[in-house]
Amino acid sequence: MEKKSLRMAYGEALVEEGKTNNDIVVLEADLGKSTMSCLFKDVYPERHFEMGIAEQNMASTAAGLALAGKIPFYSTFAVFAVGRAYDQIRCGIAIPKANVRICGSSCGLSDFGDGKTHQSIEEANIMCTIPGMTVLNPIDAVETRKMVKAMVKHQGPVYIRINRNDLPVFTPTEGEFEIGKMYRIVEGSDVVIFATGAMVWKSVDAAALLKAEGISAEVINVSSLKPLKKSEILKYTAGKKAIVTVDESTKIGGLGSAIASLIIGEVNLPFEQIGIDDHFGESAHSYDELLVKYGLTEKEIANAVRKALGK
Amino acid sequence: MAMQLRCNVLEMIGVGKAGHWGGSSSLAEAMAVLYFHAMKVDKSNPKNPERDRLLLSKGHAALIQYAALCEVGYFPRAELLKVKSLGGLLQGHPDLSVPGIEAVTGSLGQGLSLGVGMALALRLDKKPSRVYVIMGDGEQSEGQLWEAAMAASNFKVDNLTAFLDWNKIQATGRTEDVFKISDLDKKWSAFGWEVITVDGHDVEKIIAAIDHAKTVKGKPTLVILDTIKGKCVSFAEDTPAYHNGTFDDAKYAQAMKELVAQKEMI
Repeated sequence: MEKKSLRMAYGEALVEEGKTNNDIVVLEADLGKSTMSCLFKDVYPERHFEMGIAEQNMASTAAGLALAGKIPFYSTFAVFAVGRAYDQIRCGIAIPKANVRICGSSCGLSDFGDGKTHQSIEEANIMCTIPGMTVLNPIDAVETRKMVKAMVKHQGPVYIRINRNDLPVFTPTEGEFEIGKMYRIVEGSDVVIFATGAMVWKSVDAAALLKAEGISAEVINVSSLKPLKKSEILKYTAGKKAIVTVDESTKIGGLGSAIASLIIGEVNLPFEQIGIDDHFGESAHSYDELLVKYGLTEKEIANAVRKALGK
Repeated sequence: MAMQLRCNVLEMIGVGKAGHWGGSSSLAEAMAVLYFHAMKVDKSNPKNPERDRLLLSKGHAALIQYAALCEVGYFPRAELLKVKSLGGLLQGHPDLSVPGIEAVTGSLGQGLSLGVGMALALRLDKKPSRVYVIMGDGEQSEGQLWEAAMAASNFKVDNLTAFLDWNKIQATGRTEDVFKISDLDKKWSAFGWEVITVDGHDVEKIIAAIDHAKTVKGKPTLVILDTIKGKCVSFAEDTPAYHNGTFDDAKYAQAMKELVAQKEMI
């Protein structure tokens, strides 16, 4: 399957949206060549601000720009975009509901070589706890492109996290992305797998493995981690025998617990959660090595499905 | 007007409730000059796009800003007395729900960055409006503030003027005892700012400093306001206890008597 860069899609989307919307401004902290927001600088230098390696100031400056009517996108690695600037996001951006768009690049374990300081396995969960924050986690380059368009139109703050590595494309090019909607990637009848980010790809592979055994698994792309709508969840749990959730973040406060908390007491199905246990990442020579080590593979997802179905 | 603002603040604090008298009172003259002389303020429309913006980075002094916004006419006096009450308009720290408040501040160190962002936006839009940011002296230990100082200089932001309320007292004591930061003027100069130090209770000097800042091109200006914390209430002046102190009946009566007397003398 063809793989494409989500980072490149993000940078190109900023340029494309910037063509028709003069209010879009872009800020970065000396990592634009990695987040690819640098593409914007080449075309619209007057609307691009290199903020230096100072993420807190970048977040609050973006808030000031937004409060004065601009639509700022600030981008850096996910660990810094959120972790370094949490209070600036909370006070300066989220409380006043400022139209700041935050991009956490190299999210999850995707920055495999840089190790635990740079791998971000908890920032999406933290962002979901901030009142009024929208949290998006695209599965591929096409969805990234569509999300940026939706982010420009949205009222209120939005956080998007971008995988560092090229990923297979599942999203059709036609149609618009709708914040809060879940997207079915594989249709199935026995079990529903709710997955997010790169884990959707792994879940699609797991569904293929299971199909060979006669298990029909449905794969749902939860690319809006927040708002997470109960009505969307119930649409896909109806008629199923079990639920499996898969994400690449710490299980504490992750996709599994978020879904469980919305349907507890109402949907009584066997439930398995795949995610990262209570530990940080580590350096590796490839993304796949880490996914294997932490059990984030099609094989482990298939095992979780069999367990949930009692097989 | 400055004395009227102080009276408003004291009324808001009232009897038996803690309130930031010290750092509000030290700013009374600057606040009066900004809202009633220096800034473009539209009394009928707090959101007028042509307005100047004032951000109170030392958000705990919100009472003095509320006092001024009420005098501008953005909300009725009755709201002042309901400050910090459940369901009231006036929050404990500046909030966008209050007409005339431009940003959410109170977590110290963030206001200057917010101001830089606004100043950049106004410049992009080719608007002549100016941005004013008021910082505290205790706040100078916040690292983000120096990130913002470098950014303002780097981007040659000259439509922004910052004030430093140099009242020499912070929450738990005198700044030189709590966390000594020497040579603030030289530090800001070294960060690329035009720096002016004035008597922060001298209205004419504050006006002159703001006028000068408007003529400075290619860099931001800092006005260091040499002030007395708790100014105009004898027993609260230069006293750490009134950073966020409480007035009993007798102290309240005495404070109001002193303020009214000084107001009438003008």
